[in-house]
Amino acid sequence: MIATRRSLVLLLVATAIVGHSAAIADEQPATRIANRSITDRSVDWPTWQQWRRVLLLEDYNTRVVLLGTTLLGIAAGAVGNFTLLRKRALMGDALSHATLPGVGLAFVCTTLAGGDGKSLPVLLAGAAISGVIGLAAIMFIRNLTRLKEDAALGIVLSVFFGAGIAVLGVAQQMKTGHAAGLEAFIYGKAASMGALDAQLIGATGLIAALVCVLLFKELRLLCFDEAFAGSRGYPVVLLDVVLMVLVVTVTLVGLQAVGLILMVALLVIPAAAARFWTERMAVMAVISAALGAISALLGAGMSAVFPRLPSGAMIVLVATAGFLFSMFFGPARGIVMRSLHQWRTELKVQRHHLLRAIYELLEGRKGPGELSAVAESAPVLVNELVAMRSWNARQLQSYLRRAESQGLVRRGDAGQVRLTRQGFREAEKLTYDHRLWELFLTRYADIAPSQVDRAADAIEHVLDARMIAELESLLPGRKAGQAVPPSLHPTLAMQSGEGSDGLP
Amino acid sequence: MNPLEHWNWALDGWIVAAGILCAVASALLGNFLVLRKMSMLGDAISHAVLPGLAAAFFITGTRDSLPMFIGAAVVGILTALFTEWIRGFGKVDEGAAMGVVFTSLFAAGLVMIVQAADRVDLDPGCVLYGAIEMTPLNTVSVGGFEIPRVVVVLSSVLLINLFAVVLFYKEFKIASFDPALATTLGINDSFMHYLLTTLVAVTAVASFEAVGNILVVAMFIVPAAAAYLCTDRLGTMIVISVIVAALSAIFGHIGAMLVPQLIGYHSTNTAGMMATMAGLLFVVAALFAPRYGVVVTFARRVMLSLRILAEDVVGLLYRAEERSQTGAMLNRDSLQTTLLGKPGIIAIVLAWLLRRGDLVTHQGEYGLTDQGRERARALVRSHRLWEQYLVNTVGVAENRLHPKAEQLEHYTNPSMRSQLDEEMEHPTVDPHGTPIPTE
Repeated sequence: MIATRRSLVLLLVATAIVGHSAAIADEQPATRIANRSITDRSVDWPTWQQWRRVLLLEDYNTRVVLLGTTLLGIAAGAVGNFTLLRKRALMGDALSHATLPGVGLAFVCTTLAGGDGKSLPVLLAGAAISGVIGLAAIMFIRNLTRLKEDAALGIVLSVFFGAGIAVLGVAQQMKTGHAAGLEAFIYGKAASMGALDAQLIGATGLIAALVCVLLFKELRLLCFDEAFAGSRGYPVVLLDVVLMVLVVTVTLVGLQAVGLILMVALLVIPAAAARFWTERMAVMAVISAALGAISALLGAGMSAVFPRLPSGAMIVLVATAGFLFSMFFGPARGIVMRSLHQWRTELKVQRHHLLRAIYELLEGRKGPGELSAVAESAPVLVNELVAMRSWNARQLQSYLRRAESQGLVRRGDAGQVRLTRQGFREAEKLTYDHRLWELFLTRYADIAPSQVDRAADAIEHVLDARMIAELESLLPGRKAGQAVPPSLHPTLAMQSGEGSDGLP
Repeated sequence: MNPLEHWNWALDGWIVAAGILCAVASALLGNFLVLRKMSMLGDAISHAVLPGLAAAFFITGTRDSLPMFIGAAVVGILTALFTEWIRGFGKVDEGAAMGVVFTSLFAAGLVMIVQAADRVDLDPGCVLYGAIEMTPLNTVSVGGFEIPRVVVVLSSVLLINLFAVVLFYKEFKIASFDPALATTLGINDSFMHYLLTTLVAVTAVASFEAVGNILVVAMFIVPAAAAYLCTDRLGTMIVISVIVAALSAIFGHIGAMLVPQLIGYHSTNTAGMMATMAGLLFVVAALFAPRYGVVVTFARRVMLSLRILAEDVVGLLYRAEERSQTGAMLNRDSLQTTLLGKPGIIAIVLAWLLRRGDLVTHQGEYGLTDQGRERARALVRSHRLWEQYLVNTVGVAENRLHPKAEQLEHYTNPSMRSQLDEEMEHPTVDPHGTPIPTE
């Protein structure tokens, strides 16, 4: 019997929550069409009035909500930046779940003591205390048992959240004071954000941003090289705690606004997106904060314009769109830029291989040092070239085509290939670099001449002028601009030449 | 008054049964999640399936279980795929990739649900909290018995998981501990990864329709983590995790009925309480596990340091006897200053040695008994053999000899001593010229 009654209570709770999510929609000045079929999914396009009200910030409510969420976006973006680099992105997830039992207990205790259980300071204090306990539990599990970070986070997250739900289960039965509204801590209620909330978020965000700026150097060191920071005498554990407290603080003020899961998103997504844009941490922090702000602004704005779009979720979706865009088009680490870079390197390597193969063929005929730049070199045959490397005829043809369009080689009839003057210069330089590195390896790294070819093959493409100059100074008897030294090992061109000589 | 007077086997029995089935099914997979450092996957998947539920509803227009289940399971697997892609192609840290994916999907699901919220009761709260209390209300008839549908569903999930774990036990084991070795043995690690992910998604979806996702997420991690602290063997770990899971389900439900009564309320959310109970069991394991428990480890260290101190006391007295040729007695203060011990700890050690019969005391001075002398001789012999060995064979500088031998002497047993002795062809003096006592 009791179970049935309990399930009824639960149904009520569930309805209250739905009511809450729907309340976000209800507050929109939406033109609802009554009696729609449940499968009808047409979107009500907002009228011009609604657009104007939001865009020109005519509503007091809209102003407060936009301001509050934007500030939250900035704070979360800035703090998330550090947790991301510290590979603690999901710390916010665990800590925000860990606040729930505190919220529930604060409500229950205050109500039992006759106070107003739903006063914001009381709830936040409870949340803060239980968040800090959760943080301590994570550190305890990670440092004193053999479990790893992920398990620590998972345990704290699920157990604290479970305890929180159990406490809320009691809170629902309280006769004095109605517990509905505590769910805001899980789902958020940005649309009904008050001026007080916005002020709180603003103040906290400012403090968090200030701490980030003041401790920037220390936190950066903590993120990149904890051991080094420790050896330089920085209080690593204290800094870690400061960072975590920042996370807890931002999470706490954000919970009310966007809800638990979406708060996690604000801590993770802008920072992860910013990582694609730059390799510099200060820039990344700024981009991350900016992305957070833009997502919050756009998301909350869209939620205000369109009916039935919950603001918290919209903020996250905008951030996600930003993340996807950054992941593909981020100039520093984006997929497109990286692929482009890889493709260019690939082309360069192919060109180098082609030119050096032709050069070595020519060299095999005339002997080293006797080649000189003329308008057009003697022809080599494509068939000979194919044997030089592990490429097939089709690939080789495409490399040749590209090299010809760059004016490096000229293809003649009957599979003849000639180096142009420009091509010859480049080929000569490449072979020079390659052999210089081989000389260096045999001389200083004690590698047998028969083994150096492959190592030099990998490095020749990235040797710059400074490096070549240094190699020249290291190798006695080498002066800049000297002729290409003879190969230390038989090249393929020579081998094939010898082979054909040996044939009867 | 009997606190369990409201216990009703027809209702509470089924609730506990559903709890145990869910807990055990999750805990089975949890072992591999913990070992593969994927603990957060359960959490991520169980949040991310929201759009799957919503999409299934939008497509079919009904709230039937099957389409919902399929939709959620598909999105659950997609979560793992997306995470893997973002990690691989975007070079994003795994935790962050997971955070991006599951929060985004959750947000998308929330938007979809709110779109439908005014027309149908599709509620996120039910997914999050679960309604394990409603288990007995919805029954199906199996072989003439009225069995709650949830129990049937969870039993099948448990069977599937059990089957998968038994069938792929070896593969899971090798892939969890050493993916590289697994690959060289011809086990496809990414296949194992996605198999595990799929099972996790199916379990999560099947469970939280019935019991809510807090319980699933907790049961994925907590019992396995507790078991991991208790043993070094995978088989034992799985058994322990299953026991912990079942216990937390039973005590969780009882706790949900009892604890609120202490402050005058009926009962509270069972799933939440089951998770809390699992947490309590984890704390017990973390503190008192036989080998890795925090308290146990600490106690072991204290015992070791006491033993070392006791050995140092008899060693000191032995050396004093050597110097004076006659029986030497030392008082507590001189022992304390020489050994740099704290007064209380020295007192404990002395009392222990007296009780064991290694020491005699006379007017506040302590001396060795024959038994104590025997023990001390072995210790000093170890010390000097080591010094000789370190000089002869290892070539340690003389000024760093003593501290090294001082450490090693406490960990040297008779067989090691005779080995040292033989290796150096029975030396009689140590590098400082003092004779090495014989056994």
